[in-house]
Amino acid sequence: MEAFVAFWDGAAGSSYAFWSATLVRATPLLLVGLAVAVAFRAGVLNIGAEGQLILGAIAASGVALAFPTLPALALIPSMIAAGAVAGAMWAGIAAWLRHRFGVLEVISTIMLNFVAAALVSWVVRGPLQEPTKVYPMSVSFSEAARWPFLLDGQRTHLGLLLGVLAAVLMWFVLTQTAGGFRVRAVGAGAAAAESAGGVDARRLTWRVFLVSGALAGLAGASEVGGVTWALYEGISPGYGYTAIAVALLARLDPRFVVLTAVFFGALEAGGASMQRNAGVPAVTVQIITASLLLAVLAFARWRAQRGVDA
Amino acid sequence: MSAIALALHDIHKRFGAAHALTGASCVVKTGTVHALLGENGAGKTTLMRVAFGMLQPDRGAIERDGQVLRVASERDAIAAGIGMVHQHFMLVPAFTVAENAALGGRGAFDANRAAALVRRISEETGLPLDPQATVASLPVGAQQRAEIVRALAQEARVMILDEPTAVLTPGESEELYAWMRRFVATGGSVVLITHKVREALAVADDITVLRRGKTVLTGPSRDLSEESVIQAIIGEAPAAATGVPLAATDAEVVFALEGVTYDDASGIRRLKPTTLTVRRGEILGVLGVEGSGQRELLRLLAGRLTPSSGTVRRPPVVGFVPEDRLLDAVIPEFTLTENKLLAEASALRGLISWRAESEAAASIMVENDVRATDANAEMRTLSGGNQQRFVVGRERRLAPDALVAENPTRGLDVQATSRVMAALRAVALEHGGAVIVHSADLDEILALTTRVLVCFAGEVREIAPPTTPGDRGPYARALVGAFA
Repeated sequence: MEAFVAFWDGAAGSSYAFWSATLVRATPLLLVGLAVAVAFRAGVLNIGAEGQLILGAIAASGVALAFPTLPALALIPSMIAAGAVAGAMWAGIAAWLRHRFGVLEVISTIMLNFVAAALVSWVVRGPLQEPTKVYPMSVSFSEAARWPFLLDGQRTHLGLLLGVLAAVLMWFVLTQTAGGFRVRAVGAGAAAAESAGGVDARRLTWRVFLVSGALAGLAGASEVGGVTWALYEGISPGYGYTAIAVALLARLDPRFVVLTAVFFGALEAGGASMQRNAGVPAVTVQIITASLLLAVLAFARWRAQRGVDA
Repeated sequence: MSAIALALHDIHKRFGAAHALTGASCVVKTGTVHALLGENGAGKTTLMRVAFGMLQPDRGAIERDGQVLRVASERDAIAAGIGMVHQHFMLVPAFTVAENAALGGRGAFDANRAAALVRRISEETGLPLDPQATVASLPVGAQQRAEIVRALAQEARVMILDEPTAVLTPGESEELYAWMRRFVATGGSVVLITHKVREALAVADDITVLRRGKTVLTGPSRDLSEESVIQAIIGEAPAAATGVPLAATDAEVVFALEGVTYDDASGIRRLKPTTLTVRRGEILGVLGVEGSGQRELLRLLAGRLTPSSGTVRRPPVVGFVPEDRLLDAVIPEFTLTENKLLAEASALRGLISWRAESEAAASIMVENDVRATDANAEMRTLSGGNQQRFVVGRERRLAPDALVAENPTRGLDVQATSRVMAALRAVALEHGGAVIVHSADLDEILALTTRVLVCFAGEVREIAPPTTPGDRGPYARALVGAFA
């Protein structure tokens, strides 16, 4: 009981808990969840959002640290652009490997995650390390590079707004536009899309891979710009992996990704609070999360099969 | 060693309501090449799958070297010294030839031993093969040699080859025949499944002909005339219903092929030089056993393949009904509306008006009598016949004047078949479009079409309407390579 109280207090028990703990954790999950959802929708199994997020964080930090004197109005959009481009380029490596050599993206993106983790370790000990050369981190960003909060006294920042906008835009593109229809068609039946529809599935998956990487990279920019204000080695506690659960639980629907991202954000915030205040390990939450995800996937599978029999 | 290598006696096999084999027998003597002949669907492959343990007969007996043989699985057949090379190869593409040959062996895998084994068999048999080559990198002919070498590595003494020359160049076919002669000279036996009468008479010692699951002729090939074998294959069937043969029309030409050829990725000529015109109001039927070039011909006409040489003139948009409906024509999880839109996917721009699309899908449903709750029903919830009528309706709407259909009635019941055929007929006879249709069913083609082509080993011939209406003879002959 004590544990549940602590969980509730940490996740939604107060406006601070909800706005500053849950939603701050939900922000990267939302952006990366969308990145995973759009890729999976097109049949691209991008497991590398973690690495693309890290690259986005490095690039956005680089911009923030290189131009500390720029005004916020110029600096923040530059960070966003740098993060998105870096994430897209990291995803582009996997896309190129797939199309040039037939390397499965499931493998290449996971491998690139490790490369990205090693890269950020080196960056915070090398080129972007703070001047005393003691801690594996960068100096704090200038005021102009810190993303604005959405509400006074709360820590929810611009990244959440970008995430919600991205979700709405993605939903609109997928359901209402020709390009989105092609993405769904290639994901649901690439052979039919090519044969009956004349769609160039190869080119389309290339593009979707880049868009997915850009969204994950944007999440990285949002973390350093909105939360940490500096580049750290452990900039992502596995957001790229949790986001796969976020996307799957939302059944790859961008509208539901908003809800599941908040749900997982609450689980993480509540879990942390439960560990602090009730001594229950946060791992408990992860166990519950994993069981839940398996149950949802099994149920979806069961429903799909029943539909065919009917 | 017994004089009889493999004997199948009075084999019966039923699949649901379909009787695939109804008393098929085949006796293969040791040290001979035995050809198994018959039309599409006569039961040749089914009978040999029974011998190879892939299918269990409902009735009948199998003997090997004079002993009663029970084959519950391929493993039993291989243990009894039977090998089979299927029409679609059963090799692991990512493995080397040596690794494939070692598959099914026991104990530790020794790469050097496997390679040495392949090299030894390759030298003994004169089948050139690089043991270290990855199967996927090999041309089709070499893959077939790898299949044979694998069976030999498992000590097969009776080799069943299912339509082996369908994928080979003439030179490669000669090499295969030469190997068959050497193999039987050392006491092996070969069963050659084929639909090519001349091939069978030229290379086989004995011939067995199946018709509708039953053995109708068997004997030494030197005692049989080409004519008697063809008669046995075709049989005497009542005259078929025929479509309306057209006198040469001067209607507008819709499709025109000029010396068109097609070579596949491994350089094998799938379609020999073909010149052809199809005019408005014509329904052109294309016949051909699998792998005879009809697939390539249809896809060239539909604009789904680019010719290796020659010119193809066709309308910019050609309706196409592919053979594999659920893979190539529709997305089962999409709604009917979305599947309607699928055919226009590449040309689509901007926003989609779902209301208008849904209405268009509903009108396809009405015009083609597609039974579904509404246009928002998922395609997978429809029956095969309804799905196919929707596809035909969709393609007609897109390209009212030019439709290419590949086996459009595959897997449909009698009623659904006749309704799909009525829809195809309407395109040509009511709207004056040009229709090209391939079907494995000769009677279906004769009933539907105004002109008939037959493909045999990549060669396309137009068959003049027979003097007796409904006579299947000229078509059935052409299908086994006996062009008039």
